[in-house]
Amino acid sequence: MRVRFSVNDREQVADDVWEGESLLFVLRERLGLPGAKNACEQGECGSCTVYLDGVPVCACLVAAGQAQGREVRTVEGLASADGLAPVQQAFAECGAVQCGFCTPGLLVQADDLITRVPDPSDAEIREALAGNLCRCTGYEKILEAVRRAAELKAAGR
Amino acid sequence: MTTVPVSAAKDVVAPGRGGVGDSVLRPDGTLKVTGEFAYASDLWIDGMLFGVTLRSPHARARIRSIDVGPALAVPGVEAVLTHEDVPGRKVYGLEHADQPVLAIGEVRHQGEPIALVAADHPETARHAAEQIRVGWEVLEPITDARAVIADPDSLRVQDRGGIARHQPVRVGDMVAARARAEVVVSGDFSVGIQDQAFLGPESGLAVPGEDGGIDLFVATQWLHNDLRQIAPCLGLPDEKVRMTLAGVGGAFGGREDLSMQIHAGMLALRTGRPVKIVYNRYESFFGHVHRHPALMRYEYGATRDGRILYADAEIVLDGGAYTSSTLAVVANAASLGLGPYEIPNIEIDAYGVYTNNPPCGAMRGFGAVQACFAYESMMDRLGEACGVGPVEIRRINAVGQGSKLATGQVIDSPAPLADMLTRLEAMPLPAPPDTADLRNLPGGVSQTTHGEGVARGVGYGVGIKNICFSEGFDDYSTARVRLEVVGGEATAVVHTAAAEVGQGLVTLQAQIARTELGVDRVVIQPADNGVGDAGSSSASRQSYMTGGAVKAACEAVRADVLALARERLGGTYEDLSLIGGKVVSASAGALAEIADVLGDRVVEQTREYHHRPTVAMDPVTGQGDTHVQLALCVHRAVVDVDVELGLVKVVELAAVQDVGKIMNRLSLEGQIHGGSAQGLGLALMEEIVVQDGLVRNPSFTDYLIPTILDMPPMRLDILESPDPAAPYGLRGAGEPPTLSSTPAIVAAVRDATGRALTRVPIRPEHICR
Ligand code: FES
Ligand code: FES
Repeated sequence: MRVRFSVNDREQVADDVWEGESLLFVLRERLGLPGAKNACEQGECGSCTVYLDGVPVCACLVAAGQAQGREVRTVEGLASADGLAPVQQAFAECGAVQCGFCTPGLLVQADDLITRVPDPSDAEIREALAGNLCRCTGYEKILEAVRRAAELKAAGR
Repeated sequence: MTTVPVSAAKDVVAPGRGGVGDSVLRPDGTLKVTGEFAYASDLWIDGMLFGVTLRSPHARARIRSIDVGPALAVPGVEAVLTHEDVPGRKVYGLEHADQPVLAIGEVRHQGEPIALVAADHPETARHAAEQIRVGWEVLEPITDARAVIADPDSLRVQDRGGIARHQPVRVGDMVAARARAEVVVSGDFSVGIQDQAFLGPESGLAVPGEDGGIDLFVATQWLHNDLRQIAPCLGLPDEKVRMTLAGVGGAFGGREDLSMQIHAGMLALRTGRPVKIVYNRYESFFGHVHRHPALMRYEYGATRDGRILYADAEIVLDGGAYTSSTLAVVANAASLGLGPYEIPNIEIDAYGVYTNNPPCGAMRGFGAVQACFAYESMMDRLGEACGVGPVEIRRINAVGQGSKLATGQVIDSPAPLADMLTRLEAMPLPAPPDTADLRNLPGGVSQTTHGEGVARGVGYGVGIKNICFSEGFDDYSTARVRLEVVGGEATAVVHTAAAEVGQGLVTLQAQIARTELGVDRVVIQPADNGVGDAGSSSASRQSYMTGGAVKAACEAVRADVLALARERLGGTYEDLSLIGGKVVSASAGALAEIADVLGDRVVEQTREYHHRPTVAMDPVTGQGDTHVQLALCVHRAVVDVDVELGLVKVVELAAVQDVGKIMNRLSLEGQIHGGSAQGLGLALMEEIVVQDGLVRNPSFTDYLIPTILDMPPMRLDILESPDPAAPYGLRGAGEPPTLSSTPAIVAAVRDATGRALTRVPIRPEHICR
């Protein structure tokens, strides 16, 4: 089948998509956007998190057909012409990235959090990121990065 | 000559200007936050095929027949291969080549590879693999490690026999010590199978070259050792196998053994097309070795005031069907089996055995992690029996510089364990649980308690880990460093084969180049085998070894540049150095720009760095100077336990670690946090559950790793007691925190519940029974 949707503000068309293909597969293998990661493909790790019409979803659990006519934003679309998004800058600065495989999903989830809750408490950060596994960092630097990202965003950066 | 995959690793310019000791940011950080960093599973090249592996559903079985016909008939399939198609040697392995590339007549563990399929779509390949018909004769698996030790000749999983290694340690006079003991404590302890659970699945791309060779882009821990195993199996000379590190999504030991490397190479050579293999999570649980499960029996005798007189220990490690790194795991368990304590009389027997259970090998802290749970549990038992507190009993028996390890090796650099314990104990304790917010209680957002039935506990753990490879291995590293002028600026270019797996080695390489060469601009080249061996990214060794190699190569480059400067300056300056982009004389100040001294010359040097020699453990007494360096970490855990439901919430972890020299505090803290989290996982949740040799939980739904809700805030105190033998005085830091956090958490849960808790991971039923 043919699936047409917008990714990072650009119209995209994928042809010959199989019924069972996930949005994650189409992004990674058909559209050349490997930013969203494939650590479990079962909805358990959050490394594939992308925005679908502004709501974070596990792209591995969304059938490609469900994205028809909708708007997807991936880690590749977080930065703007002015530079890195606050979450991206904060994760890089705070040591929240080691191997980085969890990072694309965490960035989307954290970006959503600080958009909804401008000054999140630690408990709110933990709850928001509970579905994103990271095997490297022990999460301490990730917490710090989200606090920092909220500050950067509030400062209009 | 070769087509390079889209987004293969490129040179990166290291950000910032910081040298050794600064919290410099990662050179690959921006790529990783923008999604541009290419992991092995992201590689893509025109016309590539997808490879899939057919694996054994049985733990032990004979293969009567394999019919690949139905798979070959599937449209889109380009090749189906079995052991008959292995072009060269049919077995490989880290220490012994005892593992078949593809099963030959028999399988010895669930998930053992049997056949390979390459097709134009991954689903086509998977579907075709399911069509392969295998005629099985299923056999009773051998799964009881202690039974194998009792009868290694008949319980034989493979040709090498039942026992991979038995390492005894014998020190002093046990009979006399037993007679003198006023207090005797004993215990049986066990550790389940832990998985590395790196997030980036095993993956890579093999591209056939025009010369009949192959280019491999893979996520691994050790390019050159991969090569040594791959080339003979592919029937190629080493120089025709070109290895480039693809982005690695975590490793923790799980990428020390080969996974898809030879398989992708075989398919690419057969089809003449690039072949990519990516495991999914289910396959990943079968695609790499795990942490050895352990059965341990300990007995200590001591004086009434808590001084240990003797230790008697048996440690049984189940390595599964193939040798992998079991020999080294046994050595660690034997040599570090009693921890950093002075014990005059010792009898240890450590065994690594072959079974049909899942294959085990390297995982962060191997051998030392398992023993640490037992010896720290014993320290608490001893303290209790003597009426001495947990910190005091450890301080009484603590090693220091000049103490002897169980192997007789004298600790010849600082080991301030008693001081570390004092600092740990002095750290403030967290406040009592705030029951107003139920998220703070065990069960968290599930709101299973409102504070009733919740008890708090505090526990301590101590660990000691060997850094670098031990027992006579010369695991050297190589670095090539070039200094040249690029765009008017003196630029250092660093090239090694060392695997960046997330730990931050690339950051450190840039810091060292800046410090040694006095330049700001550093370029890190992709790791490949176009430069000499760097050894493995394991055993907490890369800062020491590749750090040492980069330092040595920079020193050689610096000597050349200073010689050029002397030539140009005419003087006979003996006090020159390179600082801030300039050639500086201690007496006469800045004399010239490095860029001007270099002009269009390129200065390049390659150096190997070797650590001091070590010896193998004596096969009878276990004695010998087997370790290069030792590192200590201590943890305190505070937990709240819902004693009715058996739920544990770790409230805080505090750690004191001696790292010799803080090379980069930001990444060091990340290592301590991450290592502690993996220890928390082993204490409370992580286990590959096995029944009759079969894995019951190969998914992230059923194999749990700590989430951000499980991991508490950490308090760190990092000490710098330099090791004079090591570059910059540093001490390897990645593994020690993984050791001590587990026993600290278990001790805290014991403190809260009064349960004996002799097994990790702790399950709710161990607490509430
Ligand atoms: S890959 Fe989608 S949740 Fe893990
Ligand atoms: S940084 Fe490696 S999984 Fe999070």
